[in-house]
Amino acid sequence: MDALIEAFGWFGDGANWQGRDGVPTRLWEHVWVVAVSLGLACAVALPIGLWLGHVGRGGTLAINISNVGRAVPTFAVLVLLFLTPLGLSVWTTILALVAFALPPILTNTYVGMREVDPDARSAALGMGMNGLQVVRKVELPLAVPLIMTGVRLAAVQVVATATLAAFVSGPGLGRIITSGFGRQDVAQIVAGAILVAALALVVEALMEWLQRAADPVRRARQRSSSAASRRARGSAAIEVDRAIETGS
Amino acid sequence: MRNDWVCAEYVRTRSDDIVDALVEHVGITVTSVAGGFVLALVLAVLARSWPRLRALILGTSTVLYTVPSLVMFSLLLSVTGLTATTVIVGLILYTLTILVRGILTGLEGVPPDVREAAVGMGYDGLRLLRKVELPLAMPAVYAALRVATVSTVAMTTIGMIVGHGGLGNLIDRGLDSNFRAEVLTASVLCVVLALVADLLLVGLQRWRTPWRRGVS
Repeated sequence: MDALIEAFGWFGDGANWQGRDGVPTRLWEHVWVVAVSLGLACAVALPIGLWLGHVGRGGTLAINISNVGRAVPTFAVLVLLFLTPLGLSVWTTILALVAFALPPILTNTYVGMREVDPDARSAALGMGMNGLQVVRKVELPLAVPLIMTGVRLAAVQVVATATLAAFVSGPGLGRIITSGFGRQDVAQIVAGAILVAALALVVEALMEWLQRAADPVRRARQRSSSAASRRARGSAAIEVDRAIETGS
Repeated sequence: MRNDWVCAEYVRTRSDDIVDALVEHVGITVTSVAGGFVLALVLAVLARSWPRLRALILGTSTVLYTVPSLVMFSLLLSVTGLTATTVIVGLILYTLTILVRGILTGLEGVPPDVREAAVGMGYDGLRLLRKVELPLAMPAVYAALRVATVSTVAMTTIGMIVGHGGLGNLIDRGLDSNFRAEVLTASVLCVVLALVADLLLVGLQRWRTPWRRGVS
């Protein structure tokens, strides 16, 4: 308990909130590196997962990549990348974060696409939709909950791995913890840990909200009274189109 | 100075070191998963009996899972210090998220008529759980156990922060001394260890659930 009280003392010290090593700088670095990595991972994994899921191929790869990802220690990958010529660059961190964000997104996107009711797919084809239309208007909206689960898992993973990046001189809040260990300053270690834990919980809550907000089926259900249900579902589909176009 | 990624000389001269790290790694992993499993079993049974407790248990374990391992160990450090206990307690907390869910899924998948038949035959309480429900829940339990074990093997490396990370200690030392072979050797061993543990669990599952051999 003493450590906790000391940690609050650390928060109270104005010097810890200023400059290169200050909390705001480190927090911003952390958020930035997490956002960039998650964005890059989505940009790579979503199209691949959607395509593999749509054509129904590469299932073994898409599913096993998550199992392999779990078996590989994040710390090991960070250190291995650090010892390559990439070294001190911020790309060491981003590359490692992307590598660990890819598997959950890819696997969940693939599974989400495969679990779309085949009848819905057949109906869409029967209505004369082409492959791209089936993906955009039918499969993707129905797969959104699982896809978002994948993105959420990836976000949790990325926040955690970004903390570890401090060991290889990477940016972020982890630096507060590692420098605390370097100085054997338990107050600072615990204070840094509290900051990262709070950030992780905020990110998790944000992703949970996003997951709910992004689910077109759920939204349509919420809005539709029984009379307007058909129209609402149609507009939800249009909104999904819009969301894809704006990349949000 | 040469700094190769692979160095037979290192493996030969430092084999004692590597074996020590490996033994610590296995010890921490096994203790954590075993402890987590026992705790998860109790929590899952409790959660099944009291719906209100269920939400609390599942909610808490999800929150715990969100906390990065480095952070968890750092927070526990202020309680249990620079010991292997810090690592084990942290890892147990992580396994709970996966294991409680897996065991609950398994128990809830037991067909109601099977349970009724067993109750009709006089099974109740612990005996019903042990003889009827748990065996039928095994596929889900093993699936969760495999995920928990593999991720625990990987996460044990972070224990290096308190000096008890098994192979993670070697990776940390290799990082400090810029020694590539040490880092790569420990990393590869860690992945191999995870795969071996997974295979062992698959084998254990086949042995313990002979009635399912035809299914999977």
